[in-house]
Amino acid sequence: MKISFTINGQQKSVEIENGSTPLLWVIRDTLNLKGTKFGCGKAACGACTLHVNGEAVRSCSFAVKFAEGKNITTIEGLGTKENPHPVQQAWIEHIVPQCGYCQPGFIMATAALLEKKPSPTDADIDANIVNVCRCATYYRMRKAIHRAAKIKNGDS
Amino acid sequence: MKVQKLLFIIPVFLFAIILLASNVEKTNSKNNANARNENLNKLNSEENFNKMMAVLTHQRCMNCHPSDNIPKQGEDSHPHYFGMARGAGNLGFEATNCNTCHQDENNDFSGVPGAPEWSLAPHSMRWEGLSPSEIAESMLDKKRNGGRTHHEVMEHLTEHALVLWAWEPGIDAAGNPREKPPVPVDEYIKAVKEWFEAGAVIPEK
Repeated sequence: MKISFTINGQQKSVEIENGSTPLLWVIRDTLNLKGTKFGCGKAACGACTLHVNGEAVRSCSFAVKFAEGKNITTIEGLGTKENPHPVQQAWIEHIVPQCGYCQPGFIMATAALLEKKPSPTDADIDANIVNVCRCATYYRMRKAIHRAAKIKNGDS
Repeated sequence: MKVQKLLFIIPVFLFAIILLASNVEKTNSKNNANARNENLNKLNSEENFNKMMAVLTHQRCMNCHPSDNIPKQGEDSHPHYFGMARGAGNLGFEATNCNTCHQDENNDFSGVPGAPEWSLAPHSMRWEGLSPSEIAESMLDKKRNGGRTHHEVMEHLTEHALVLWAWEPGIDAAGNPREKPPVPVDEYIKAVKEWFEAGAVIPEK
């Protein structure tokens, strides 16, 4: 089965035997984009969060066949070293990561939230950012999310 | 002359009595047959109602018809993990919603269930904590059922992919199959259709 999609601005086609294979596996093992992480494998921890047509999706639970014709963004395509995304800038400013493993998922989830809620409240953050960080960097993350909103809104 | 008259009147009188008695018997047996049919129809309707309700009150249906805006999960109907709630459009929150994890079909790799139009039933269609009769009343009430006619409710119950998912609920993250409703799907569909065709009578509470 051939699946075609755009990923980080590039058109890609993959040949896959089972269309139900998680998109995460294809992205990491076939396209060699290792930024998106495997955590729990059951859509619980959020380490595998990426964007499909701008929506945050747990890619360990997203069959690759559903990506046909879609526009995918992973952490590699969110920003660049020279021009980081506001969420990445805020993460750096607040030195959020500890071990860092779960952070791409948090950053992608936050970037999706800011598109829907440009100035999220603490309640919005509690409701929408439900990923799991075993280093418990939540306190710094909350500050970074508010900071990212300010950067994105030009209120820096 | 008198004897002759009597000889004529008595047989006519007897014949009339026999005729009357036979008509009364016919009417009685007709009434009895009607009553029997009525009872039978009532019994069938109640049996169909009970079959339908055995499905609708099963956790596969009930978990997404909550009364407290919190979707439920699993055979024990525990509150959905991660603090998920109804949100503005019955689909969760702005950036974390049903489709963040649930797609159009079950995912056997992650154990996350899925079906088209995965969402909570609207708040007006809350069933959690209601009796079967109260659920049926709610289901038939246009003010609460999204303006559906009886026919449309019947179609929803027997044709909607999200409803029929209950019989193909997939496996959980540990690979264990989810429990299906206690009535086979064909039997359920037949019962629902017959119940509506018989007038959708809700048994007395």
